[in-house]
Amino acid sequence: MIETQFAPTTTHHLDNGLTVILREVHSVPVISFWLAYRVGSRNERSGQTGISHWLEHMLFKGTERYPAGVLDKLIDRVGGEWNAFTSMDYTMYYETLPADRIDLALDLESDRMVNASLDPEDVESERTVVISERRDNEDSPTFWLNEELRAAAFRVHGYHHTVIGDMTDLYSMSRDDLIRHYRAHYRPSNAVIIAVGDFDTQQMFSKIERYFGGLPADPAPQLFTRPEPEPQGERRIVVERPGHTAFVRVAYRMPAATDPDWFKLVMLDSILTGPGGNIDNKTSRLYRALVAPGIAASIAGSLQESIDPYLYSIGATVSDGRSPQDAEAAILTEIERIQNDGITQSELDKARKQARASFAYETERVTNQAYWLAQSAMLGEPEWFDRFIDRVSQVTVEDVQHVARRLLIPRRRVIGWLLPTGLQADTETDLEEV
Amino acid sequence: MAPATAFSLPSSQNITRVVLPNGITVLVFQMPHLQSVALAGSLNAGAVFEPNDRNGLASMTAAALMRGTQTQDFAAIHSALEDVGADLGYGTGFSTVAYGGKSLAEDLPLLLAQLSDTLRHPVFPDEQVENLRGQRVTELRYAEQDIRTRAERAFRRTLYPSEHVYHRSPYGSLAGLADLTADDLRAFHAQHYGPQGMNVAIVGAVTPERAIDLVSQHLGDWTNPSQPGLPDVQPVTPPAEPRRVHVSIAGKEQTAIVMGTIGPSTTAPDFQATRIANSILGEFGMMGRIGQIVREEMGLAYYAYSQLEGGRGPGAWSIAAGVAPDDVHTAIDAALNEVHRIVNEPVDREDLEDNLAYFTGRLPLRLESASGIASQLIIIERFNLGLDYIANYRDMLYRITLEDVQAAARKYLDPHRFVIATAGPDNGETS
Repeated sequence: MIETQFAPTTTHHLDNGLTVILREVHSVPVISFWLAYRVGSRNERSGQTGISHWLEHMLFKGTERYPAGVLDKLIDRVGGEWNAFTSMDYTMYYETLPADRIDLALDLESDRMVNASLDPEDVESERTVVISERRDNEDSPTFWLNEELRAAAFRVHGYHHTVIGDMTDLYSMSRDDLIRHYRAHYRPSNAVIIAVGDFDTQQMFSKIERYFGGLPADPAPQLFTRPEPEPQGERRIVVERPGHTAFVRVAYRMPAATDPDWFKLVMLDSILTGPGGNIDNKTSRLYRALVAPGIAASIAGSLQESIDPYLYSIGATVSDGRSPQDAEAAILTEIERIQNDGITQSELDKARKQARASFAYETERVTNQAYWLAQSAMLGEPEWFDRFIDRVSQVTVEDVQHVARRLLIPRRRVIGWLLPTGLQADTETDLEEV
Repeated sequence: MAPATAFSLPSSQNITRVVLPNGITVLVFQMPHLQSVALAGSLNAGAVFEPNDRNGLASMTAAALMRGTQTQDFAAIHSALEDVGADLGYGTGFSTVAYGGKSLAEDLPLLLAQLSDTLRHPVFPDEQVENLRGQRVTELRYAEQDIRTRAERAFRRTLYPSEHVYHRSPYGSLAGLADLTADDLRAFHAQHYGPQGMNVAIVGAVTPERAIDLVSQHLGDWTNPSQPGLPDVQPVTPPAEPRRVHVSIAGKEQTAIVMGTIGPSTTAPDFQATRIANSILGEFGMMGRIGQIVREEMGLAYYAYSQLEGGRGPGAWSIAAGVAPDDVHTAIDAALNEVHRIVNEPVDREDLEDNLAYFTGRLPLRLESASGIASQLIIIERFNLGLDYIANYRDMLYRITLEDVQAAARKYLDPHRFVIATAGPDNGETS
């Protein structure tokens, strides 16, 4: 039997608008501290794509008190782990540290919320680092496919561009743009703190008040978003890149993660492509329909939690010698089977048990627990993850069939193919001594 | 005051280690607060046992273990695991086949039953072997256009002589896969899979008694008299002259660089000092000195770091970076300059202390999850590091001196014997 009851979680609000969510877990002498800002690539305007991600890089360039390079060493010196990531919906920074060193995280995050240097030289050197990151991405053929797929799926909404941004914007954005973006979005009223680990709640809250309470009480920013109109018909894209391997994506417009349909879709995805995480997918319907007969070398589903309606994407790596037509047809046939014939109770029972097991694995580390609390807070439902198992347990076989019938329809989908154009005969050459 | 934590580091006081009569070593560490268990282990059936011209035989054999047994077909094996949200998988390294698994605590018997059946009674059905080969051919052909894979492969092929197992990838090659048959896999399994040298670590919500009982029940009567021991490590030295190789791949935006030489094995007396030297060079504080210059100051790369392979090896000590094709020479020169610096200039005391704090401080984080501990227990067992390795880790590291670190850098990092491999657009590299 899986316990889905977490240790008591408390939510607090500082006068300056900062939300604080705390959960005590005493299994290891570690605390994971997260600071999540409600700004991501969905809030970026044309000409400024990628600015949230670039700004996230710039926050590692330091402040007057903690100059560049000092932060990395401070964290590593105490044996901590830290990182940050920008998504479509948010930007998150975290430190997981030995419990007796957690003040370091509070100090550096409260400092860089308002004091990032954004030094002109650092801005330029990081511009080339981000461009290099995008070039690394571009060397993967599937990056191009995924980028074109979302651009085709979203004409108006900010989900139409990738988190890293368009190359032209990475060249043209200025330091002033970064400063404006920083000042508009990095403030207590647009942020949530999450701490999970080996602390006393009252003591931790007092510390947070001490470090963050004096920061300015600016009002929450008006976030830039543009709702996407309903799709009016199937869209198709084809990308050609050097290589030998074809890929197929079939992506459907989905509701937001807080929509009641979401949890039905989690079960549908699990049955179609497997539960993901630490659990294999060799008994999923699409593995049996595509990989077992050799049409595809692998299949995967991606149902990404999002604030606004995004995509449920099914991807197949087409087997050498097989065609994308075959892979696409097999995917669509399996979807139609669920729409026409539904699923069985035993399939649903399996998907539920897999969800419970994934949940148990996922919450082993305090870092993961804190991440999911932060993710839930960004979705606007702090209990979203904690109630996950309850909600998937309520899904019925009829729910899964209905949601497939209503949402997995041609009008809501984009189909993308990556067609390989081959590789010129490459050469491996011994060169002279450098 | 916060309630006391229930955590204590794994040591000889709380790890249970038992060697079964057939040679299997079982290690158990109980974590009662979890709801799951993690399984990890290895056995001596890695790529070192395959002939040079059959690259991929060991890896295909391991991958096909779960394709069918005497009593279960592919669907039955995977249904048993996936129906309860459990997972089991095999991967092949140079010396060993490693396996890992996970389940809810209540499903540990099922997990061990599947481990036992797939290890002991696989039948390698012809059609399943063909299906697997097809998947691998697709993956390997996709990897042909990947600049990091190609630079790494060129580096390895140039650094290690062709008869050395590290010359090739344990995953296999298109050429090696071409004529492998199910019979080849059956023969490899029959000879190389057995209890000698096998180890099993079980960590999580299970008592040592129960875990050991389950392993004995499923694997205690396994024998294989024909199983050979691990061959001796082949001595190897880096090339006498610097070597520069370029793989030209049209249509790429970046060039991947992999450069370096041969490092120590995990069991070398100076391995820990070399780890510290590597961390200073390309890991500590966002990728060490190399990251600082190549990424932070010059803005040339998103990734630029060094890594020490270790293993039975001796594995490579290498630097990796991805840069624009026009910046390749600048990046290589900057990295070589840092190599010269760490070889020729004494390391600061502050650098050493920072790194000692880094290595010891992050231990609780690495040991937070059941699978993290299980993997660590297997390393301890494989390299005979002792059950108190983790408990003594701090004392062991703090005995390392500035001189030890510099001596390690000098011993292994000879830039005049470096292999520098790049993969990316031609850009005049080959002219």
